[in-house]
Amino acid sequence: MKVVKIDQKSWEEGLKKLYGAFRLIGPVKEGETGKFKVLEEGEMPDLSIQNTHLSAKSVVYSQSQVMFKYDLNENNKDHHIMKTIEEDATPQVLLAVRPCDAAAFLIAKKNFDNPDYRDPYWCETYEKTVMVGFACNNPGSTCFCTSTGIGPYSEKGLDVILIENGEDLLVKAITEKGEKLIGKTGWKTEADPGVIETLKQEAEAKISSVVDTNMIEKKSTKELFEAPFWEDVAFACINCSTCTFSCPTCWCFDIQDENLGDSGKRIRNWDSCMSPLFTLEGSGHNPRPVKFQRVRQRFMHKLKYYVDKYEDGIQCVGCGRCIKLCPVNIDIRNVSQKMNNYNP
Amino acid sequence: MLNPYQPYPVRIDEIITETEDRVLKTFKFVFLNPEDEEKFSYKAGQFAELSVTGQGEIPIGIASSPTEKGFIKFTVNKTGKVTSYLHQMKVGDIMGVRGPLGNSYPWEVLEGKSVVIIGGGFAFTTLRSSIVHMLANRDKFKDIHVIYGARSPGLLLYQDELKAWEAAGDINMHITVDGTDDPDWKYNVGFVPTITEQKAPPADDDTYAIVCGPPIMIRFTQPVLDKLGYAHDHIINSLEKRMKCGIGLCGRCNIGDKFVCKDGPVFTLEQLNTIPSE
Repeated sequence: MKVVKIDQKSWEEGLKKLYGAFRLIGPVKEGETGKFKVLEEGEMPDLSIQNTHLSAKSVVYSQSQVMFKYDLNENNKDHHIMKTIEEDATPQVLLAVRPCDAAAFLIAKKNFDNPDYRDPYWCETYEKTVMVGFACNNPGSTCFCTSTGIGPYSEKGLDVILIENGEDLLVKAITEKGEKLIGKTGWKTEADPGVIETLKQEAEAKISSVVDTNMIEKKSTKELFEAPFWEDVAFACINCSTCTFSCPTCWCFDIQDENLGDSGKRIRNWDSCMSPLFTLEGSGHNPRPVKFQRVRQRFMHKLKYYVDKYEDGIQCVGCGRCIKLCPVNIDIRNVSQKMNNYNP
Repeated sequence: MLNPYQPYPVRIDEIITETEDRVLKTFKFVFLNPEDEEKFSYKAGQFAELSVTGQGEIPIGIASSPTEKGFIKFTVNKTGKVTSYLHQMKVGDIMGVRGPLGNSYPWEVLEGKSVVIIGGGFAFTTLRSSIVHMLANRDKFKDIHVIYGARSPGLLLYQDELKAWEAAGDINMHITVDGTDDPDWKYNVGFVPTITEQKAPPADDDTYAIVCGPPIMIRFTQPVLDKLGYAHDHIINSLEKRMKCGIGLCGRCNIGDKFVCKDGPVFTLEQLNTIPSE
């Protein structure tokens, strides 16, 4: 697939051409970092942001997703019957998503698009999104993507990748979907792809965090579950759920019916296993009443249960957000090392 | 795309209060669209999410058997927001049912074998489904024993049917209550584990036990089964957890890497021994 080279002016003009046919979503500055938002006409994605505060998962997996609408008025036809909402079919382009967030969609896809069930809300949004990634030339101090099977130049989950080379941007098509998109931008100047490999190795060398996870799959689930270090790991945790909400690979959700007068909606909302309510049963019994059990669940799920179930690495892309944002400095890299080295 | 979250619309056709404390009601549902009944083809042991529009959904074991046509039945315990609302609903009300969900009891394995059903309290619902299914296919099974207990006679479910099954003589019924002051009570008095020890057949390769009940009953019945020699892959349990999606996507009902809604709720004790004890 071809590689083209563009300057700032072509970048702006290309995006202008896409605007109208696509909803463009990209990172914009907010506070010290940034967030993903739908771009207005002429609004450019900010390529100086190292990584956004929250992950890009909300672009495909809305924090609150209306699933159905219903009418509670018994005089109306089809009352109390769940009706699907109209699908928003506008194709969209996710611009400047980092390789970690892009690879995370493939991880989430294993959950939402499996042989037994497909979540129509997640799948339809994912399929209509073109992923335009942005390689990292300056990884952050808490980044450890090279330990999770990807890297700062990883193309997993991307249709196109942008690479900063001095003043220029190299644009590399990865899939047919990506090629088609580039065709619409008018970017034509071919470039020599050779420099990409050099840039990639320079970026990878800048990642200082290395985490070993290869031994975890060989360990016994029950032994890891009963390991004595969980209480220690969880000691400072306040179950605030920041880790879950900022994580690109966490996917748990809740379903609620919300009524207003005679009508209502069934809504899917992000949820977190950190909350005590997460597993609270109607009888009042809670299988995870104590904090350390919930903390253990999150790490066991991401680093062990997911590994056993899908045999494709851990449920983490090394984006480092949870490490930066955890108010009590719980570090998944440390927990991973503890699990990796555990011998009862 | 097929939407696995969308319930089949149903109408409440009948409501029966099962127990004297009025906390358990059996709801009979009829599908508004007849073709949905075929889509809802199920096996004994499975559950469904009952969707009460505007309130939420609850995962409830299917009490009717697939051999009973034209309707589906669920026995619901009033315990929280959705179940309380459901208990106040009337015949003719519209709601939804999503399913069938989960795995069923392992009927291919159980064919040609003897089955000992041990149930307590209102966990008996999917066991009713199993018994009706087995009686309709009686020649496919060898001996059938049912040990079912509740705290008192008025708290037993399906009382008329229990008596009918006993009278029919095709299966060995051992009904018991923890205690009673009814002088006409002609069945057993004693906790389920005690009666199990007295009446359950000894274990062999062709005998399987299905155990379903409150945690305390299960905890005290297990040593009895061990004593009688039941191998752990011949003991079948049905688990419960807080659920939302019921299809293994929302992540909340897991034990280890298994989802109670999708890989279960039916597990053999041998399987349970390999996963974390949550």
